[in-house]
Amino acid sequence: MAELKEVMITTDDIKTDEYLVNMGPQHPSTHGVLRLLVQLEGEIVHNVQPHIGYIHSGIEKMTESLSYPQIGHLTDRMDYLSAHMNNEAVALCVENALQIEVPDRVKYIRTIMAELSRLASHQLWWCVMGMDMGALTTFFYGLRDREEILDIFEETCGARLTVNYSIPGGLMFDIHPNFQRDVKAFIKKFRTKLPEYDRLLSGNVIFTERTKGVGFLSREDAIAYGVTGPTARASGFACDLRKHQPYSAYSKVNFNEVLSDVGDTYARYQVRIQEMWESMNIIEQLIDNIPEGDYAMKMKGVIKLPEGEFYQRVESARGEFGVFIVSDGKKNPYRVKFRSPGFSNLFAINHIAKGWKIADLVAIMSTFDLVIPDIDR
Amino acid sequence: MKSVIAYITEILKGIWTLLTGMRVTAKYFFTPWKHITQQYPENRQTLKIAERFRGEVIMPHDENNEHKCTGCGICEINCPNGSIEIISKSVMTEEGKKRRAIDQHIYHLGMCTFCNLCIKACPTGAIVMGQKFEHAVWDRTSLTKVLNQPGSKIMEGVKD
Repeated sequence: MAELKEVMITTDDIKTDEYLVNMGPQHPSTHGVLRLLVQLEGEIVHNVQPHIGYIHSGIEKMTESLSYPQIGHLTDRMDYLSAHMNNEAVALCVENALQIEVPDRVKYIRTIMAELSRLASHQLWWCVMGMDMGALTTFFYGLRDREEILDIFEETCGARLTVNYSIPGGLMFDIHPNFQRDVKAFIKKFRTKLPEYDRLLSGNVIFTERTKGVGFLSREDAIAYGVTGPTARASGFACDLRKHQPYSAYSKVNFNEVLSDVGDTYARYQVRIQEMWESMNIIEQLIDNIPEGDYAMKMKGVIKLPEGEFYQRVESARGEFGVFIVSDGKKNPYRVKFRSPGFSNLFAINHIAKGWKIADLVAIMSTFDLVIPDIDR
Repeated sequence: MKSVIAYITEILKGIWTLLTGMRVTAKYFFTPWKHITQQYPENRQTLKIAERFRGEVIMPHDENNEHKCTGCGICEINCPNGSIEIISKSVMTEEGKKRRAIDQHIYHLGMCTFCNLCIKACPTGAIVMGQKFEHAVWDRTSLTKVLNQPGSKIMEGVKD
């Protein structure tokens, strides 16, 4: 028996080399052309190095040769799922620099539109999250409901995704006569559809086993890495700018900031699901009270900002989106910097995914809700 | 014994959660008349596109082949991508004065991002957004369009 013990080999005795695997740029679960250089030992992730730049579009540089109203349509193309918030950030930044106050109607419509696009963004995140976990059904259910929001956008803004609706000084169009009716119908319908999401995925045993207790991010680390948005709120970091630094009409509505102090993948999932309920609450409070008035202010043909530096941040669907404009008094900005939430969130992935299996890396990345043009702007 | 019971309850609970999800999909499987799929190329005739939909820039002409474009070039300045080129000419009016008029309003559809800034800026409302969205062509040169029709002239009374 003693002789047999000597020849028995345990897994500790097998020495394997660490090896590098490229996850992406064409990997379907990276949601775009993101390349992760993953250092693996067997299945265990030791290091994740994100390599970005595959779809760098140079938007920040391009804006230096554009006038202020023209910047808006480029920000649509960065984080295309929260195009409204990006437009709003640029518009608010220019309005703050010019020290003008837009009419209340504009503020209300902007807030409703931002919440609608947050809903659409979270719906898409939910269905893609399910798909990453191997549940293809969710993909169709999420897209089905998102389609109705996009139809509302199409009717009012004229575009479904790259809307370019908020411009400095107001809005591109007034709301469509059917807008309020359609939004109310959608909210009523979606309130019955969202519990369906829970039944399909949130309680599913395969899903919970793969997400509960996987990929922890502590509050301190979230702050240290500059993580914002639902990803940080799942770690207990109260960073909702709608609550703590209200802009547009957010100061006029009652809503809860969704927080969780668990910080794992399932908490990040639940925070986004709860945010959908909150978004619907916000829209319901505003939709009947849109004040009468102008939908846009009369602006000069050529908008020139005073000399100086201006910063405006808004809460996009992924976190804090900031616009920093350096103006030298001309009609083009001297320099524009976009603080995109995806960029900061992505680089916390190495910290979170260390020590977990490669299949968990997919789940963790999915709850980050990455949009690659937002990272690679 | 306790661990065995816990093990079995866990399995049964797991199966129950799977069945809960299956019930949702089964509901849609057996009520397919509520589906939302559109048979796109077949339903072209009945397809409803929103009236504000930004498909392409067009210049409406009336029955006398007249448009409202004065050739001022404001749309060209406002375009962020350089997809509009204005070639203007000077014509003699009836009073014998020289006046600027549009020669060619060139629109590069392939470069357009449909941001609506040109339409918003147009002082006479000469260009609008069309609802056509099927723009696929075999040759990209056909994406460059001249918006003013040949032989067209400016409408009476439109001034810049």
